[in-house]
Amino acid sequence: MKSPRIGVLAVQGGFQRHVEHLSEAGADPVEVRLPADLDGLDGLILPGGESTTIVMGIENAGLAPAILAHHEAGKSVLGTCAGMIVAGREHLGLIDITTKRNAFGRQLASFEDDIEVEGIVEGKIRAVFIRAPWVESTGEGVEVLAEVRNHPVAVRQGNVTALSFHPELTPDNRIHSWFVKSCGT
Amino acid sequence: MLKGGVIMDVVDADQAKIAEDAGACAVMALERVPADIRKDGGVARMSNPKMIKEIQDAVSIPVMAKVRIGHFVEAQVLQSLSIDFIDESEVLTPADETNHVDKFEFDAPFVCGATNLGEALRRIGEGAAMIRSKGEAGTGNVVEAVRHMREIVGGIKRLTTLSPTELPTAAKDLQAPLELVREVANSGWLPVPVFCAGGIATPADAALMMQLGAEGNFVGSGIFKSDDPERRAKAIVEATTHFNDADRIAAASEQLGEAMPGIEMAALGEEGRLAGRGW
Repeated sequence: MKSPRIGVLAVQGGFQRHVEHLSEAGADPVEVRLPADLDGLDGLILPGGESTTIVMGIENAGLAPAILAHHEAGKSVLGTCAGMIVAGREHLGLIDITTKRNAFGRQLASFEDDIEVEGIVEGKIRAVFIRAPWVESTGEGVEVLAEVRNHPVAVRQGNVTALSFHPELTPDNRIHSWFVKSCGT
Repeated sequence: MLKGGVIMDVVDADQAKIAEDAGACAVMALERVPADIRKDGGVARMSNPKMIKEIQDAVSIPVMAKVRIGHFVEAQVLQSLSIDFIDESEVLTPADETNHVDKFEFDAPFVCGATNLGEALRRIGEGAAMIRSKGEAGTGNVVEAVRHMREIVGGIKRLTTLSPTELPTAAKDLQAPLELVREVANSGWLPVPVFCAGGIATPADAALMMQLGAEGNFVGSGIFKSDDPERRAKAIVEATTHFNDADRIAAASEQLGEAMPGIEMAALGEEGRLAGRGW
């Protein structure tokens, strides 16, 4: 089986660590800065960063149509932290959720928690929340996979999964392994 | 999550908004940009909390602010304002000529300037969560930032070529904690992000620093001391993202108006250099 080719949006933010985790999980990672970088991808990660910066970068590079085409072709997308916001209804609309930015507070309110993410990892996983968003509302067909402080922090609709936290910042590679498998060709 | 982004110096809420709208990943709130600190002279201190709060209210991106080297009470004040990052900065007048702030005492993360690997590791050893080159702030001249980035990145590369037996001596020469030296020799990078600061004035400057290994850029006087801050801010963000794409850097560099005037290092003299502050 050939390694799935998985793109990581590299406009701004924590894309490098995603790339490293993907390699470790057996994927062939690609940094995505321009529409052509999405050609032939089996999956796409929208990483954390500043959502205002990332949204602007997507617009400036004309990336939205290519990302939507990737999604419409039924290929997988994983959004983490700011990537959850970018994937939501207010921006790319890949998943029918609205989000609240910096919902848990400023940098000083950042925290870690051991949580269960239903259907993705067995048992608990350490989740790092940095100026993290939460899901404010979900449309029909959106499953909530995890909640923290009574707010959804992991959701899935079809091939799109969105997480409030940063799975790339811990050595635990289970979420990336799951994603690589789900993109398998 | 500031990596790959541009952090811009701003002196009020209006500038902060312009920075955010141009794609800045954070703003640095300060009363005067470094170019004006140079011009005005006198003692440069932490900004007025009122101004910092106005900026925090104006934007949704992280807000940073500077404290004088060693001034741990200014840092306590910033932390009480829930600042997102504290910059212990040589741009302000040092409060302690011997000791830097013990950054482990704080919950707020710190960014600190460095001119070489040893200095970077000493700051990390004191608890810094992010390193930036010092460069020479307020000059619009990138030459010192280039020197510092090359020193830091070159120093890291050298460590990776040493055998474990040689690392204690390397740590002694670097005047840096041995544990950190071992960690860097193993991983080939610092345990914290490394950004560039001090002299970036054009999109090409920003991309140059990224190609030299910076993980993002701080731009101070370069934006709001130029002819068209809005457009220049956007162009520098674009060049930081697409730092390997000369066509896009060229396109971003058109129609920017005049960059800030800039100062030759020789014209500063030793006295005028800020990078020598701290150790």
